[in-house]
Amino acid sequence: MDTALDPDPAPAPDPDFIALDGIEKVFDVRKKTGFLRRERHQVRAVDGITFRVPRGEMVGYIGPNGAGKSTTIKMLTGILTPSGGRLRVAGIDPARERTRLARRIGVVFGQRTTLWWDLPLIDSYRLMHRMYRIPDRRYAENLDRCVQLLDLGDLLDVPVRQLSLGQRMRGDIAAALLHDPEVLYLDEPTIGLDVVSKAKVRGFLRDLNAESGTTVLLTTHDLTDIEQLCKRVMVIDHGRLMYDGPLAGLHEVGESERTLVVDLERELPPLDVESARVVKVEGPRQWLAFPAAASAAPLVAAIAARYPLVDLSVREPDIEAVIAKMYADRASS
Amino acid sequence: MAELLRHDQEGAARAAGRDEGRAGPPGPADGAPDRPLARARDGLRAYRMISAMWIRSTMAYRASFAMTALGNFAATALDFAAILLMFSQVDALGGYRLPEVAFLYGAAATSFGLADLAIGSMDRLGRRVRDGTLDTLLVRPAPVLAQVAADRFALRRLGRVTQGALILGYALIALDLTWTPLKVLLIPLMLVSGAGIFMAVFVVGGAFQFLAQDASEVQNAFTYGGNTLLQYPPSVFGKDLVRGATFLVPIAFVNWLPGLYVLGRPYPLGLPSWAAFTPPLVAVACCALAGLAWRAGLRSYRSTGS
Ligand SMILES: Nc1ncnc2c1ncn2[C@@H]1O[C@H](COP(=O)(O)OP(=O)(O)OP(=O)(O)O)[C@@H](O)[C@H]1O
Ligand SMILES: [Mg+2]
Repeated sequence: MDTALDPDPAPAPDPDFIALDGIEKVFDVRKKTGFLRRERHQVRAVDGITFRVPRGEMVGYIGPNGAGKSTTIKMLTGILTPSGGRLRVAGIDPARERTRLARRIGVVFGQRTTLWWDLPLIDSYRLMHRMYRIPDRRYAENLDRCVQLLDLGDLLDVPVRQLSLGQRMRGDIAAALLHDPEVLYLDEPTIGLDVVSKAKVRGFLRDLNAESGTTVLLTTHDLTDIEQLCKRVMVIDHGRLMYDGPLAGLHEVGESERTLVVDLERELPPLDVESARVVKVEGPRQWLAFPAAASAAPLVAAIAARYPLVDLSVREPDIEAVIAKMYADRASS
Repeated sequence: MAELLRHDQEGAARAAGRDEGRAGPPGPADGAPDRPLARARDGLRAYRMISAMWIRSTMAYRASFAMTALGNFAATALDFAAILLMFSQVDALGGYRLPEVAFLYGAAATSFGLADLAIGSMDRLGRRVRDGTLDTLLVRPAPVLAQVAADRFALRRLGRVTQGALILGYALIALDLTWTPLKVLLIPLMLVSGAGIFMAVFVVGGAFQFLAQDASEVQNAFTYGGNTLLQYPPSVFGKDLVRGATFLVPIAFVNWLPGLYVLGRPYPLGLPSWAAFTPPLVAVACCALAGLAWRAGLRSYRSTGS
């Protein structure tokens, strides 16, 4: 049953590898309301979340600040005990058997390091080697691979506190993978990284998922991470799951709009067409928004029939805008 | 938003179906968390590994290590100088002569030094709880207590043990006692049990820091304060204080009870003489209680919002 050390890269498919059923987390918060007076109230950080992640999948977990992403990850690792619901990772209840699960998972917190702050990077790795009882050969192979792909060669002897944010993050990702975890949780792994580092980290994660079949759950505020890495995305807000499906499907749900940019012969007042509305006018150029699901052809025909059209182009909706709209709708409803 | 939750319902249905078909997850009966021996072994192993790493890393700077160890020794040595100064004015303290006081002092200081050497890093726990960095210890496959205790393991704390042992050695030479086998046996027993009792106090203090995160001062009051208390004969203090140190926070079992037996002095509270041999039992009981307190503390940990 224990496959932690199994070098076989293709373990049995398991659709319920990570399984949450109605998971809740309520924090009791005490607020000082005066001298010695305190008011208690509850924060429902996670409010009944249900989902499945099959083994080997790479899933994005996104949502606005305070949505409950980090709290969910902390429950998945056993750091926090859920207030309600049922939770299994690789068949293990994380809160109850935290240390047993620890051998099978890797965690990267973008906000804080899991490395020993005052010691050189390599010392942390050596300690992991022994603490996780990683077979010598596996350790050497994994370390080599990470050092190469994440460019850690020059950093191994540097104390962690002297590393830059991006260097430390790469060091942390390597540390989380030395013991061949079956699941990797990444809480904002690209926070504060420059373009080159981001690309490096993304490429590394993509290869890891493809070659080792490691299941990856990733939170981020950078949608490019999701676009480049995850076929499936989950959106949460106020502790509830609002969307779970392919990234492209967000357009439909988010009622997003495409933009038709038309160049006219001369400056005209905003065009008057039925299925679209003008959002911007700049000289002879006008921008018209229309539902993403609708076809552009009838709209173009209608405009061409009534106005002196010179040129046109269609812009796909920006996923960033879709999500922003979704967050905003949710907040106001 | 109905369409958004489509996935949820499917998932729930699948889960329900699956649960009926399966034998169910391992219950608490075979639960790994409740095998104290295996956990203790794991803990010791992790403790050894982490402390060894810190020793290696401090030994990389030998000169600075020697300096801090010496400084540690000197600081604690000054402590005893205060007692010597007192004895330059008076012949006895609470009815005890210098070698006797030195004996009690040395025994308390050695026990405390051993405990401090082993798990003195516990008082950093409050900060870890406050800033949420305890999270990173919880995702490692080793008991948290071992990881916290071994964090920044510092051999320089040997300075305190050395000072205590030297003063105890002086006392043993200077004391004019009729030694019996029981008394000889009692001395190592006293030191080890004493270290155990102090360690339990350290751990309870640590557990308390989960609830009140700035409580390391309270912990220090009991550990360092208790150590200072024990360095003087009980007859110096009021009965109530001695009672508290015996029955409430049982640090009197570190050196007062066994020590006074060795010195052939009556214990101020009139306890039977066999009480002098109970420190090992008291130490075990304290450690068990401390373990429970630790577990309760750890269970109340709730991380931080960022
Ligand atoms: N330890 C805690 N004690 C009290 N409240 C908490 C705690 N941790 C989180 N919360 C609250 O729970 C909610 C969810 O927090 P969480 O950290 O999971 O958000 P997040 O989705 O990770 O946000 P971000 O994108 O800002 O990281 C927030 O309202 C937060 O204030
Ligand atoms: Mg977060």
